[in-house]
Amino acid sequence: MNIDLNTKAKNTWCPGCTNFMILTAFKNALSELITEGKIKKDNIVVGAGIGCHGKIADYVGTNSIISLHGRVVPTMTGVKLGNPDLTTIAFSGDGDSYAEGIEHLVHAAKRNSDIKLFVHNNQVFGLTTGQVTPTSNRGYKGKSTPQGSVEEPINPQLVMLASGATFVARVYTGDLPFMTQIMKKAILHKGFAHLEIIQPCISFNDTRDYFKERVYNLDQNSPKNDLQWAMQKVQEKERIPLGIFYEVEKATFEEQL
Amino acid sequence: MKKNQEKIYTILIGGQAGDGAREAGVNLARLFCKLGYYVFASMEYPSLIRGGHNFCRVSFSKEKIYSDYRELDAIIALNQETADLHKNELKKSGVIFFDNNINSIIGKSGQLISLPITSYAKELSAPSLARTAVALGAFCRYYDLSLLKLNEVFTDIFGSKAQINIDLAKKGFDYLQDKNFGQTKFSKPDKKIKGQIIDGNAATGEGMMAAGMKNYIAYPMTPATSVLHHLAKQAPKYGLKVTQAESEVAVINMVLGSAYAGVRTATGTSGGGFALMTEALSMAGIAEIPTVVVESQRPGPSTGVPTRTAQGDLQFVRQILGEFPRIVLAPGDQQESYEIGGKAMNLAWQYQLPVMIALDKHLSESLSNADFSKIKIKPEKIKISKGGKNYQRYAFSTDGVSTLCFPGTKDTIVKVNSYEHSEDGLITESAEMTQKMFDKRFAKLKNLEKEINSFKGVKIYGDKKSKNIVVFWGSTKGAVLEAIKYVKKPVKAVQVLVIEPLPVKSLLEAFKGAKKIIDIELNHTGQLAQVIAEKTGLKIKNKILKYDTFAFEPIELAKKIDKIL
Repeated sequence: MNIDLNTKAKNTWCPGCTNFMILTAFKNALSELITEGKIKKDNIVVGAGIGCHGKIADYVGTNSIISLHGRVVPTMTGVKLGNPDLTTIAFSGDGDSYAEGIEHLVHAAKRNSDIKLFVHNNQVFGLTTGQVTPTSNRGYKGKSTPQGSVEEPINPQLVMLASGATFVARVYTGDLPFMTQIMKKAILHKGFAHLEIIQPCISFNDTRDYFKERVYNLDQNSPKNDLQWAMQKVQEKERIPLGIFYEVEKATFEEQL
Repeated sequence: MKKNQEKIYTILIGGQAGDGAREAGVNLARLFCKLGYYVFASMEYPSLIRGGHNFCRVSFSKEKIYSDYRELDAIIALNQETADLHKNELKKSGVIFFDNNINSIIGKSGQLISLPITSYAKELSAPSLARTAVALGAFCRYYDLSLLKLNEVFTDIFGSKAQINIDLAKKGFDYLQDKNFGQTKFSKPDKKIKGQIIDGNAATGEGMMAAGMKNYIAYPMTPATSVLHHLAKQAPKYGLKVTQAESEVAVINMVLGSAYAGVRTATGTSGGGFALMTEALSMAGIAEIPTVVVESQRPGPSTGVPTRTAQGDLQFVRQILGEFPRIVLAPGDQQESYEIGGKAMNLAWQYQLPVMIALDKHLSESLSNADFSKIKIKPEKIKISKGGKNYQRYAFSTDGVSTLCFPGTKDTIVKVNSYEHSEDGLITESAEMTQKMFDKRFAKLKNLEKEINSFKGVKIYGDKKSKNIVVFWGSTKGAVLEAIKYVKKPVKAVQVLVIEPLPVKSLLEAFKGAKKIIDIELNHTGQLAQVIAEKTGLKIKNKILKYDTFAFEPIELAKKIDKIL
């Protein structure tokens, strides 16, 4: 079945932006899940923060709410509180969620709110034309740090595991089928899912070569409910593992109210 | 000052934080209500958990009263400090009931009644908090009040755990009886009064629930916290969900999400929390999401004096960033808090915009009689669409209000947006569309202004023909309506309940032919007068402003009004 998920909106991302890969993967994931009868199109709510990522809500033909910078997580928690039958998928960026909105991630993970958070992590503020974010590497030279950033980046996966997220995964925009497959799993997860999507920003932080050499997929048989293992795995630096680090089932916040 | 013919009595009960003075005061207020008196009880306490000076002041009368008074008929002192701080406020005939473990009370006037409060509690192995029951029992004996009614109060509140209170009250009662103390009587009420006693926060919460609220999301902040407490307690009974989130920023964004999903939702906070909410309230403006925020003011700036009262946020709550229509409502008493709680929720959903309810600590936490059966609140009809493929969330309409539809509706896409958007909810940067959307949102004002004028956005009390006018808003109503009973010249008292959009027509009508107008507010700059000047061009020169963190006292206020008139 071909599900129409297009909108009339004119796409304003840079030509060649890796966001197009995310959009395609997401539409494929939704389309497959709807066709498989696992979710209902009418029940999907796509949330977005502010940043390049945020425009994705305009490009997906479902219900959507474009929230404020950093605030998509509480907005979507509210949506789910309002109507627990909805499928709530929030998009965010590394600036949006790991800087301004990080308090909300920690608490949404803690309460296991039934929302899926897809974070476009390109390690740079794109829409404001190139400044450091919390995941930029030390030494990153942006317009606000011309001498190079002196701060170490945070590891969002580690933060999420420590906060109690029940689904923690990472994908890379270079592998469309894998990204689609993990997105589907995240959407079907019951509880708070954190999916970090690493992506190069071709305008302000072109990391294509860096990632191409380093990313690898986790073994299919790797443990899913071993927090210690997951915490070690997400900290690997020489090579960058992709896939699901942690996946457990716990009562969701909304179903306990 | 002229004499007021009504008999008004005032009792103060005080102790350290943790002594249960507030709870005992509330029980006293409930007792008077049961006996058929009109009551007004205010609470004073510092921002700490134990120690410090806490008191509850309960005024009551056969006639409706709107404020408590400073002059006391009796003090119930649970500690030395209460007696020391308040004995000079006693009337000549006043009495101090005190725990006999207090060393010395040297009174200027009044009778001293020493009671074995703590020792009786120990004797019955009662928890320390319950010991106030001894004092209340003795109080009933002294003033010839029915102990059975006091027992009813205990049973209403504590249920099966009431017995220890009943036993302690009996001991206090018997103690004075055995000592053969002479009795004094309050002037007895001759009719029954309907309703209950309730504080402004609970009343506001009840009003919002009556108008269909199903989600309340908040972060604790004095003096708005008891809205959260009251609703959390009521939640299971009414199918209400109450959520405490990680911050006011989280709270307000959750409120927006919940309302987008189709559920009537509200929050409550004070000035500092409201400051954090303003960005999202601006989103409620552009995204046209129905939102209700209770802002219970306390003295600022910043952390200020957290447990006291002020009316310093009026300009702030009406000035959220960006230009869009918003509503600010300000009830003046508990009854109006209920009515406005309901009205706010309905207006938010009828007009799809943020509505702020401005309370303040003095209204939020003071108790008074209210009869909700007189006010009919229900979820009013709103513009709803069945949805479908052609549904557009922001479709243009002559009244500026597009039909609402919620995610989960068959074959329907509901897109909302904090960016400027076109009718379908998609982002736009078109100059023409932006201008059209501004006009659409502001088109709501036409019907809204009509509605506000019909909703009694302005109320008039006192001598309606008088050319001497006092104008006020919020909890100041209490002291003003009491004060004008004592003011020498006839006074027309004008209350403004709708601050935004200001009911200009009704207000100018009320001011017609005025000789003198006095603005009375609990702030430093006269913010209501500023709003009136902005909207009507009328400049009010005479102002009685107070910003010492306490509410106006009727007698003190009457003297000030007399001086100006």
